[in-house]
Amino acid sequence: MSYNKRLDGRKFDEVRKMHAKVGIIKRADGSAMFQIGDTIALAAVYGPRELHPKFLQNPERGVLRCNYDMASFSVTERKKPGPTRRSTEISLVTEKALASVIDLDLFPNTVIDVFIVITQANAGTRCAGISAAAMALAHAGIPMKDMVAAISVGKVGDKIVIDLDKEEEDFEEGATDIPVAMTARGKEVTLLQLDGDVTKDEVMEAIKVAKKGCDEIHKIQTKALKEIYKNE
Amino acid sequence: MTGLILNEREIVIPGDKIASGMDYLPGNGAFREEEDIYSLQLGLVSLNGRFVKVIPLTGKYFPKEGDIVIGRVSDVGFGMWMIDIGCAYSAILNMRETPEFIDKGADLSHYYDFNDVIIAEVTKVVRYKDVSLTMKGQGLRKINGGKIIDITPSKVPRVIGKQGSMINMIKEGTGCNIVVGQNGKVWIKGDKVEDEVKATEVILKIEHESHTQGLTDTIKKMLEGN
Amino acid sequence: MNDYIVSLIEQGKRIDGRKFDEMREAHVEINISKNAEGSARCKIGDTEVMVGVKMDVGTPYPDSPDEGSIIVTTELSPIASPEFELGPPGIQATEIARIVDRGIRESKAIDMKKLGIVSGEKSWLLFIDVYPVNDDGNLIDASALGTLAALKNTRYVNYENGKVKFGEFTDKKLELEKTPITFTFIKIGNSILLDPNAREEKAAEARLSIAVYGGRIHALQKGGDRGFTEDEIEKMIDIAIKKEKDLKKVLDKAK
Repeated sequence: MSYNKRLDGRKFDEVRKMHAKVGIIKRADGSAMFQIGDTIALAAVYGPRELHPKFLQNPERGVLRCNYDMASFSVTERKKPGPTRRSTEISLVTEKALASVIDLDLFPNTVIDVFIVITQANAGTRCAGISAAAMALAHAGIPMKDMVAAISVGKVGDKIVIDLDKEEEDFEEGATDIPVAMTARGKEVTLLQLDGDVTKDEVMEAIKVAKKGCDEIHKIQTKALKEIYKNE
Repeated sequence: MTGLILNEREIVIPGDKIASGMDYLPGNGAFREEEDIYSLQLGLVSLNGRFVKVIPLTGKYFPKEGDIVIGRVSDVGFGMWMIDIGCAYSAILNMRETPEFIDKGADLSHYYDFNDVIIAEVTKVVRYKDVSLTMKGQGLRKINGGKIIDITPSKVPRVIGKQGSMINMIKEGTGCNIVVGQNGKVWIKGDKVEDEVKATEVILKIEHESHTQGLTDTIKKMLEGN
Repeated sequence: MNDYIVSLIEQGKRIDGRKFDEMREAHVEINISKNAEGSARCKIGDTEVMVGVKMDVGTPYPDSPDEGSIIVTTELSPIASPEFELGPPGIQATEIARIVDRGIRESKAIDMKKLGIVSGEKSWLLFIDVYPVNDDGNLIDASALGTLAALKNTRYVNYENGKVKFGEFTDKKLELEKTPITFTFIKIGNSILLDPNAREEKAAEARLSIAVYGGRIHALQKGGDRGFTEDEIEKMIDIAIKKEKDLKKVLDKAK
């Protein structure tokens, strides 16, 4: 089925409008907000701090612990508060998307906690959460070898498009969502998920498209992080 | 291109390339990958000879050798104390590093007990984790009375000011005795509680408005007015 | 730290320089989340709370066949404080939710009859979810004020042919009969403080929350280990009544 024009008029490789802000939660060691279209993610980092109970501690390296959560009012039909199988899985893949850039060897026996809350959802929430969390980690002064950004790419009809919105995700003839996270410098893919039916070429094209999107997000992240100090 | 790519005092985020080639060496907050040196932290580029460092601007306190810190005794062990200095790990104060002569086998809690607050200097930091302290040195001691407030460690230089100009102004203006730990803990003691409140207000103001222009004048006015 | 706060208060001072009966600056912003039927962000000093209202249609309780109902949930997400942990709502979260719930329900801020649809069969359910974002003390008042702001700006979701069309909003606004404003006081030593910050809360020996509307008391909730004298209670009520219009103004000009 052909998809010739995006429902909201964007180009196929055009990301929705983005906005980022660092330092939004005072009590946290680091925090950030990332908005892409109508999706808004908040992230807070606490740590490195002592990990309790003690048996969870790793004497060789620190532990990164992520928690992804959607506010009950972030979606059209209220989501019951608390963890779900979906949120537990997203927490895990978020951890894996971020862990590779953090120098966890420096902090044995400790934990770095990352809390992500989606306050408004319109597709791409896990990616927005990862992009927010990377800024919050940097803001917390955590030693990181690279930054991470994430964007969802998808196949809508017969087209590969970037940053699907809710309407596109629900496209009648079927849409395949491929969330991708990538390191800014190394261009390594640290998150890649897919459910659907696509060809190898389509996957490779999706990653290529995601790379461009992640570069744009990285620019926004850089600006937001530097902005808080521009007068110092 | 080899040499320095970014200048001193430039703001960097993790992964920014600071220098290229083997002329420079990575110091704290920086790392080498192949030929290049990158930032490991959000912070300011700083040069020390051939060493490229990044001074962190936010987050928890990361101890550095030579820092004067304010800490709390969190445990009394064999021949040493564990001191909480507000970072991920407790620091160690060996019994040989106190101004007093302490006999082997003495009860250490007799000298410094749980929850006692001390001013100490960081003597050694190994990979963020093993932090050693000393209390031998001018002004290093146990603190009695007064209060402790917490500020963001990265704002400490603003509170101290150039050559201590800001902190001296606050001390004179309020008549309080003040010690600013590099770990963001500030000890304030005055004759009257009003003086301590004033000093607190002024220091928190500096923390909140550290980026604004004309801060020194604002603070001066604050100290002169009532 | 508690000793210091106590010694300050004995000398008539608060750690942030406020007067004992002085609130921190309050600020309310509405419509912070597009998918919610109503939403608001409330800040009191550095304390920040988000509130979202979602609607659904359910079966009325047998003892009130013509009425709808409200369900308030508070989640003390660990995003807001190094002291909060993941897990089901604890005692503190439940208490905040209960205070907010009663402040709305018992004061009849919402006419539950107006939430009825078909007697004994269908009525509106109002889910009010409170999310603290930054805890610098007095989450109760921020939650209560944020809830009022969110309710005041709640529009009904489309309900057609016995089905709720989530995501489709109508022009019909939720009617708020009253706006009872909650004020929380703590006692340290023999002093009474309005709107405690996080450090003061730690040193609190007793706590009282008072919801006032039009100079009348709509809800009370006592917390903490110690008690209050009659004089103290009277004093707190006087302050709450006096301050009602200040916060009402904040609520009314929320955008």
